[in-house]
Amino acid sequence: MRKYANFDEPARARNLVLQGVRAVDPERNLDQVLDLHIRDGILSVAPKEIPADADLLDLRGHLVTPGWFDLHVHLREPGGEVAETILSGCQAAMNGGFTGVACMPNTEPPLDDAGRVRWVMEKAASLPVDVQVVAAATRGRSGKQLVEMSELVELGVRAFSDDGKPIADTAVLRHALEYANMLGARIFEHADDPDLSAGGTMNEGEWSTRLGLPGIPAVSETLDVLRCILVARYAGAAVHICHVSTKESVEWIRWAKQQGIRVTAEVCPHHLLLTEERCREFDTDFKMNPPLRSEEDRQACLHGLADGTLDAYCTDHAPHAWEAKAQEFDVAPFGVVGLETALGLAFTHLVGRHLDLKAMIERVVYAPRRILSQPLPAIANGEPANLTIIDPEGSWTVRPDEFRSKSRNTPFKGWELTGRARGIVNRGFAVIKEA
Amino acid sequence: MSLLTHKHLLGLADYSEADITIVLDTAERMKEILERPVPKVPTLRGVTVVNLFMESSTRTRVSFELAEKRLSADTLNFAVSGSSLSKGETLLDTALNIEAMKIDVVVMRHKSPGSPHFLARHLDSIIINAGDGCHEHPTQALLDMMTLRQKFGALKGLRVCLVGDISHSRVALSNIIGLKTMGAQVTVCGPATLIPRGIERLGVQVTHSLDEAIQRCDALNVLRLQLERQEAGLFPSLREYHQYFGLTRRRLEKAPAPLTILHPGPMNRGVEITSDVADSEHSVILQQVTNGVAVRMAVLYLLAGAKMPSTEMKV
Amino acid sequence: MDYKVKAVLVDSAGFARTITRLAHEIIERNRGTERLAFVGMQTRGVYLAQRLARKVEEIEGTALPVGVLDTTMYRDDFRTALKQPQVRVTEIPFDLYNMNVVLVDDVLYTGRTVRAALDALMDLGRPKRIQLAVLVDRGHRELPIKPDFVGRNVPTSINEEVRVRMTEIDSEDAVLLVEVQQP
Repeated sequence: MRKYANFDEPARARNLVLQGVRAVDPERNLDQVLDLHIRDGILSVAPKEIPADADLLDLRGHLVTPGWFDLHVHLREPGGEVAETILSGCQAAMNGGFTGVACMPNTEPPLDDAGRVRWVMEKAASLPVDVQVVAAATRGRSGKQLVEMSELVELGVRAFSDDGKPIADTAVLRHALEYANMLGARIFEHADDPDLSAGGTMNEGEWSTRLGLPGIPAVSETLDVLRCILVARYAGAAVHICHVSTKESVEWIRWAKQQGIRVTAEVCPHHLLLTEERCREFDTDFKMNPPLRSEEDRQACLHGLADGTLDAYCTDHAPHAWEAKAQEFDVAPFGVVGLETALGLAFTHLVGRHLDLKAMIERVVYAPRRILSQPLPAIANGEPANLTIIDPEGSWTVRPDEFRSKSRNTPFKGWELTGRARGIVNRGFAVIKEA
Repeated sequence: MSLLTHKHLLGLADYSEADITIVLDTAERMKEILERPVPKVPTLRGVTVVNLFMESSTRTRVSFELAEKRLSADTLNFAVSGSSLSKGETLLDTALNIEAMKIDVVVMRHKSPGSPHFLARHLDSIIINAGDGCHEHPTQALLDMMTLRQKFGALKGLRVCLVGDISHSRVALSNIIGLKTMGAQVTVCGPATLIPRGIERLGVQVTHSLDEAIQRCDALNVLRLQLERQEAGLFPSLREYHQYFGLTRRRLEKAPAPLTILHPGPMNRGVEITSDVADSEHSVILQQVTNGVAVRMAVLYLLAGAKMPSTEMKV
Repeated sequence: MDYKVKAVLVDSAGFARTITRLAHEIIERNRGTERLAFVGMQTRGVYLAQRLARKVEEIEGTALPVGVLDTTMYRDDFRTALKQPQVRVTEIPFDLYNMNVVLVDDVLYTGRTVRAALDALMDLGRPKRIQLAVLVDRGHRELPIKPDFVGRNVPTSINEEVRVRMTEIDSEDAVLLVEVQQP
């Protein structure tokens, strides 16, 4: 129905029925083909009677899960509006099937105080996508003084991060972990040793040697992962490791979990599906931080996703204006977009091959929200409708020009995928693309 | 009549043995032209070449310029200081401006690896890489191979050792790639901190002992040591570097047979190489320079044609 | 390239006779062999030049210098051709200054190659005089070039070509009239 396909002015989920969908909610042992009725944003599952005036959407063959949540995105506002805004980023999220995102604070100025955080929250308040703000861990992200975490937690912040860089001073890291933990919040660490990785542009190894590019050694990430694990244990705190990319990182996180240490971790599609060799043409759409690594690292990340060592599947959606990426490889900024391809990539290359649907749902629906202490959505009567609608057989080609995001920097351009986000229902809105 | 199937010379990574042979053979013919009373041919008349040197270099630029002029091309020089690049114009905009002026060939030196590849994506012009950061310097490797081939007859099976700061040397990487393609055996020698990770995957042997390398190679290509590396803490002192990795007469005398010595220049006399070696009868350093012009003429000749559909010249 | 032989214009015996006649003509026109030199144009012009020099030596008893000239770098169709033709050897092992050069080629057609050869020779030195000797003149000149010594005049039409074969690189000595089949 055309009215639901409006991204700019999303339609209200006043009275519509998603007909013939396979509803899957593992927490509720639900896996059934049925109708879902949404009235004023509230769900009725397999209703006995459908109101005559309801909008009927024939979604037979489609899959409906609780809404997907991307634990790591950059919305660039304030300061980076050329590349993305809160609005365009959320439209990209909807297009990609996400009902919620956690946005990172490395904006200009950074989101390190209540005023700025509130500004972002207010901008996002009227949108169909839940925007959870991850605030900076230190003032100005300078790695020295902690932000006013209590006040931010009162606003609803549940995670703090200097993402883009690590909290390099270990004493500051320790204090941040302890303080956030006291408030029931988590530190999200961009794992890296800045002395080892300084000047690097891609993974250090055979390929950085072949291309003459300065390398980022894998051990630089592993070192900080281990540091975080050990300090978190010492402080009795929880810690979350962002965008894991190396085999050794996965091994240490697995060990830490076995020891009962409260560490969680996330992994991005590009580290699961691409390797460093892709940089051979010096195409900056393959330049991100942490960089694409070796095949060994990639396999370890896949195993980590499969066995749950890596709790969450997210994108690190990092938009950049065309001109910024159209520069020499060593000068161009790091980062690739991901919101609009993550689901398609998951269904084409991960679900059914490395992990089953139930496990995938755990990685994108529940784990991200648990890490942020958010309520978990459910497909059950009376629950607020928070749904991701998927066409599991829908084949499509990744065309960056068709993105809702303002940016086009994707390493998956031209990929043929099977599995497409058809729409979302959340916060009283329904945004469902035409067939 | 087929020759090079490439449009550009971005690096030796995608040049086959046949390609390199064509370039070296053509360079030999060009050498003859350089020895004539009028060392000039009209072949590239009407072809416009821009020497886009965003990193300072005198010898490579002069060598290219000479090659271009010997072929009667129109040459323009675009150097760093005073250029729009230093006024903050992006590489892309510089490139598009060049294209708007309908330049046929861009000879480019730049500090960023992959910048010739970048230009090739955005311009119609033919791009020749004259050195892109620590990545490749294909014409240097070609002239090194030409020099070695003249000396030894063939490159296959020849044992060549590259000595010095391999990590930061585009001369080294292009030589490794080119020599391996031509079937030579390549060893690299230098301090562990100046040998890049994963280099063995390129099929080279690694040694940290110059004395050992001297025992088992036919030719030594001595790389220039950039003094900034010492400041970056990659090795303790010039004194120690010279002691353990400097090529001296005394060291060379221990070789089982006389070694051929190459150096891309400019030399730090007394650091990586001593004058009694550089100026000795085994040094081919000056031939390298002459060959450099010939090789660059060959590359320009082979790439700068091929624009419009053919009519075979009728006899 | 495919071609169909339409006629054998000169066979092996005729070839040798033509060389002999040309050698005599060259000696006669130049009133001897003083400061005479041959420069053959790549590829078959070189072999012709060598044979002519040997024949002249047979007749007059003096050895004459023979140079080899490649005109690729002087072509006027550079940059309109799809691929760069191979640059072959140029070697003039004598000083051109004041010499009477006989430029030798196998087939003369439009005259463009000879024009290129003249430019090349001028860049290589300053001969006193240049004469042109060709085995076959097939007409259709596009430039004002006239041969001084001609083995055979062979009028041809546009889809015909003249092929010279020499034992130095082919299996026989012959001049063939062929029809060029378009691929």
